[in-house]
Amino acid sequence: MRALNVTKVAALALTFAWVAGCSSTSTQTDSADMGAGMGSDSGAMTSGSAGMGGMSGSELPAEVANLQTVFYFDFDQSTVKGESFADLEAHARYLSSNPQASVRLEGHADERGTREYNIALGERRGNAVARFLMVNGANAGQVEVISYGEEKPAVMGHGSDSWAQNRRVELKYAGR
Amino acid sequence: MVIAMKQRLLACCVLMLLAFGVRAELVIEVTQGVDAPTPIAVVPFGWSGGTPLPEDIAEIVSTDLYRSGFFSAMKRSDMLSFPQQQAQVFFRDWRVSGQNYLLIGRVTSAGGEQLQVTYELYDVLKETRVFGEQISGSTRNMRDMAHYIADAVFEKLTGLRGAFSTRIAYVTAQNQGGGRHRYSLQLADADGARARTILESREPIMSPSWSKDGSKLAYVSFESSRPGIYVQHLATGKREKIQSFAGLNGAPAWAPDGQRLALTLSKDGNPEIYTLDLARRQLTRVTHHYGIDTEPTWSPDGQSILFTSDRGGQPQIYRVYLSDRRIERVTFEGNYNSSGKLTQDGRFLAMVHRSAGAGAAFNIAVQDLKTGRLDILTQTSLDESPTIAPNGSIVLYATQQGNTGVLAAVSLDGRVRFRMPSSSGDVREPAWSPYLQ
Repeated sequence: MRALNVTKVAALALTFAWVAGCSSTSTQTDSADMGAGMGSDSGAMTSGSAGMGGMSGSELPAEVANLQTVFYFDFDQSTVKGESFADLEAHARYLSSNPQASVRLEGHADERGTREYNIALGERRGNAVARFLMVNGANAGQVEVISYGEEKPAVMGHGSDSWAQNRRVELKYAGR
Repeated sequence: MVIAMKQRLLACCVLMLLAFGVRAELVIEVTQGVDAPTPIAVVPFGWSGGTPLPEDIAEIVSTDLYRSGFFSAMKRSDMLSFPQQQAQVFFRDWRVSGQNYLLIGRVTSAGGEQLQVTYELYDVLKETRVFGEQISGSTRNMRDMAHYIADAVFEKLTGLRGAFSTRIAYVTAQNQGGGRHRYSLQLADADGARARTILESREPIMSPSWSKDGSKLAYVSFESSRPGIYVQHLATGKREKIQSFAGLNGAPAWAPDGQRLALTLSKDGNPEIYTLDLARRQLTRVTHHYGIDTEPTWSPDGQSILFTSDRGGQPQIYRVYLSDRRIERVTFEGNYNSSGKLTQDGRFLAMVHRSAGAGAAFNIAVQDLKTGRLDILTQTSLDESPTIAPNGSIVLYATQQGNTGVLAAVSLDGRVRFRMPSSSGDVREPAWSPYLQ
């Protein structure tokens, strides 16, 4: 209920297993959908993230107020993208130095494919971000993952732009 | 000469009927029927009582038969007479207007709200009575009586058991703006009528699944801000939370024995299939793999569970035998197969399927497990959540129409299609009930 029951060591091991698993699968599922356009798509998404964080700046602790809180993923993928590293590391540092703070990671998927599979995919994304935070100093007890799959899209619409904005993990600090 | 003219007249009438059929205003829109649907005339039932009856039985029967795709229903305005008894039937009139069958009936009061309904089916070409029956009910369950009659006629004429008396559960979602949504779990007749809300929430509701006796629904609700699996008794509305572990609690599927649920839990790190003995509250883990395992569905004999797994790199459907946990892969065509549902005989697997081609859509497909042959049944995109009528004839599923989620259906042989346009909001995740008592 409260947190991931995974030790840091296991988390690390899993991360590597995951990355290995993902890289072996990426070509098959994504090649059809993710053309060359994806790179520019992700740039557009990042700029839109400030407004979609799900939390206003005033609710965020001051030390992390300027960090991204929404992190995006490729289709059927759960690999944390390089563009997310810096901000996630900063969140992890904050959690590490503020043991009383905690975050909820809400994993989401785009509407394509089936709902229960997408719930699983959203959780996998949430777990990937959770592991990233833990590897970088956050404690397992500070991180909770919940997946909404495709049930709570950030934007409506049935095109690749909408889908790209909906494949995300939203990081929310718990109210204090 | 006379015969030739008759034939021409008949052809004209059939054409007219087809044209009317396409235009009919119904909750269910038939978009494609069988090549040669059987023409049937369902005459308004007689009623001698003073106050008008709350429901038009003949209209409901006619609509049921028409939307099955197997029948074309004669328009009332084209009928030359409204016979209620055999003595009033002039077979030649019905034959000339192209009908093969004629259904007539009458309703009589049996005191208070009680009614008696007598109906008779005639073969217009042979000029014989096929069968008839008298049933009793009340003004409050006239729709049930109508669906019962439709089931009887359908079975008599097609050899297939009718599924008009069954129900569907589905989820609706309304975007209320500002990131707020309203989700509801609905229960309706198989024709979409008499819909009622059995659960409402600001948080998502997912994956309704019928118990085999049709008395309960299991579903996933996020009402506690985390996913939990609930079971709701339909007669009383009583509900209980069955599972809410850390992580996923999803995809409940009732076993044929009614004693167990298959479900997906990620409490041990990643999504795995479990079975839960409801009486003993005993949880048994079925799958062991670091990939995603979810969307369990039981084989009709209860000996195995089919599920979706990405253990091979992309979602495909596998089967696990419960006795020895042996796992075999079931689907091979396409790069995305999930959400499988078996027909009652266990032979056909309906699923969400995506072909391997670039930009391919998500469609509903059916695989013959005996021959391995896979047929794609739909041409739309974003099709999901297939559920099969208990008589195995029709797959109901969710798709998009414009920007709205709607329910649509296609027969397992692809010959009959209909849509169920939504009155408001997105409609999704249909679950067709078993035969009800």
